[in-house]
Amino acid sequence: MTENLAEQFLSQGKSLKNAPGPYFGKYGGRWMPESLMRAIDELEDTFNKAKEDPEFLDEFKRLSREYSNRPSLLTEVPRFAAHAGVRMFLKREDLNHTGSHKINNVVGQALLAQRMGKTRLIAETGAGQHGVATATAAALFGMECVVYMGEEDTERQALNVARMQLLGAKVIAVQNGSRTLKDAINEALRDWVANVETTHYLLGTAAGAHPFPAMVRYFHDAIGTETREELLERTGRLPDGVAACVGGGSNAIGIFHAFLDDKDVEIYGFEAGGDGVETNRHAATINLGRPGVLHGAMTYLMQDEDGQTIDSHSISAGLDYPGVGPEHAYLSDIGRVSYQPVTDTEAMDALRLLCQTEGIIPAIESAHALAGALRVGREWAAKDPEGAAEKIMVVCLSGRGDKDMSTALEWFGLGKAIPSSTLQTGNSEATAEAESEKK
Amino acid sequence: MSYEDFTPGAAKYSVAERSYPQANADSKLSARLEQCKKEGRAALIGYLPVGYPTVDDSIAAAIALGNNGADIIELGVPYSDPVMDGPVIQKATAEALDNGFRLDDLFRAVREITAATDAVVVVMTYWNPVLRRGVEKFAADLAQAGGAGIITPDLVPDEASAWLKASEENGLDRIFLAAISSSTERLHTVAQASSGFVYAVSVMGVTGARSSVSSAAQKLVADIRQAGVENVCVGLGVSRREHVEEIGAYADGVIVGTALVKALGESGVEGVAQLTRELAGRA
Repeated sequence: MTENLAEQFLSQGKSLKNAPGPYFGKYGGRWMPESLMRAIDELEDTFNKAKEDPEFLDEFKRLSREYSNRPSLLTEVPRFAAHAGVRMFLKREDLNHTGSHKINNVVGQALLAQRMGKTRLIAETGAGQHGVATATAAALFGMECVVYMGEEDTERQALNVARMQLLGAKVIAVQNGSRTLKDAINEALRDWVANVETTHYLLGTAAGAHPFPAMVRYFHDAIGTETREELLERTGRLPDGVAACVGGGSNAIGIFHAFLDDKDVEIYGFEAGGDGVETNRHAATINLGRPGVLHGAMTYLMQDEDGQTIDSHSISAGLDYPGVGPEHAYLSDIGRVSYQPVTDTEAMDALRLLCQTEGIIPAIESAHALAGALRVGREWAAKDPEGAAEKIMVVCLSGRGDKDMSTALEWFGLGKAIPSSTLQTGNSEATAEAESEKK
Repeated sequence: MSYEDFTPGAAKYSVAERSYPQANADSKLSARLEQCKKEGRAALIGYLPVGYPTVDDSIAAAIALGNNGADIIELGVPYSDPVMDGPVIQKATAEALDNGFRLDDLFRAVREITAATDAVVVVMTYWNPVLRRGVEKFAADLAQAGGAGIITPDLVPDEASAWLKASEENGLDRIFLAAISSSTERLHTVAQASSGFVYAVSVMGVTGARSSVSSAAQKLVADIRQAGVENVCVGLGVSRREHVEEIGAYADGVIVGTALVKALGESGVEGVAQLTRELAGRA
């Protein structure tokens, strides 16, 4: 694709913001069973009216403030950023209620479900963050909740299964196919077809059939607008780069959107490179996929020559998806956003680095963005070390890492404390203190 | 790709304005449904997935289906993400993929089945395999193999412009689905875009045998006819001769899927032949 199409648009004074769907270039659309068309039409109609309704907007704003804890903080992380040689700020979506950006979209869609008179919410979840957020909103709104989760993911994210159950949701372990996020979406769609009268399918990412991509972006728009405003206020300027991880791409489109028309701001999306893009075990959909249709949208897709979906692989359950939101496919084609793969190893290294330099434990998903930001920062520094020191990179820290402790435990070989008997007397402060207490 | 595609208020769904292809004059499906009407009965339409349990076995099973009373054979294409299918068909198509089914096998199967039975063969497929092969190439290959058309469970007329064109050029029928939840406006869209017959989805749900057939089906068939459709066939949940008779009283064709797949899994090709005879009232 022509690299400079986005630049052309922007130099002509056109805006890339607020794309309404259903199409983003050739991507997007409504490739869905007829049985769901009424529900999708109803949702689109309800959403369009709600956007114009001050009462809805007030309620969404109120819940975002009083329940979700917005605006989220913007934290500068100099000790971490020193490893790249640039300035870095984190948009702290990890500090939202339920621990990730997912709550923004969930509150918005739950309000719409209420307006449509639906009494039951269903959702898919990969890492469990969206499932937890949906279970939370269902509890808040007094709705029934069923969450579909790939069986493999219920194992690697057992803690989030328990959280959802505690919140009153029913969690179904999906045993079909690759037993991960894509199969959870298939099962949720089957449920929706059968129960569409009472049920809203609260899709958790900016993918799927119209109106989901444009609607989910709308509900996450605060991530970017808050970042932009606060950074301007604190530093007097826009960032040089914005980075986010991309699975389906909801946190990414949320932070990217505010900056799409700022042509001097470089935008980076980091996909899951798994074991490496040369290995076939990855989820680098935009980098290595081809256009096709999955879950209602035309988009980049990991597929074989027959159009069968290829299983994706990533250490991060939330990025382990063979498709991607259609607006990302478009932003890649026109050259506005650079999408790059980050391997499991790079992500886990960045995760530990952030923990040990800043005392912040990020989700493994978000760690992909951190690793990518370090890489870009180092490239800047290699070109111009002095200039780079003044450059600003903003990273969307989309979620916190509490849910990832079992993966981290295994990856780093953690969890075994040092037995005190192995310590030699006088060899540590702890021992010395213990000795003095005995006396 | 133009910037205009991206502009608020730009062309959304131009379906109502789009001129649809003429009814398919060469339609093998219309001819067969007409013939059944003359015989005073509804057509029996049987579904089996190609490649299950193997490609050769599935061809033998489909031939048995055609030679024991099915007027139309609906050959399903195994797909990695079958969102409209229940557990039985999911399991069968996953097994077909595990056993090495490739899309090229479909066209060999269509060729061999049409050569060995009188039944009209249509393909039921999720849309991405068609897109990946190329809509035009898929249509040409199917027509050449002797197939009559495609049933499209996850393609609505709104997104089907390439298929409308390719089907017209290759003399294939376009069988779109209509659901209980479809609005009158959408039924009109489906009516205009379809040829051969319209597939009435009789229940809100995925494929799977049910003990009784929803009473909403009869109203749906009437609504589809009201929208201007001549041939309406009913599927989802049909498993017994009594369903065939009940639905056959008001529909032009009755579609049986899961029950046949189950019979194939449990009793092989002979099981399919036996059940087909029962469903056709020949047992």
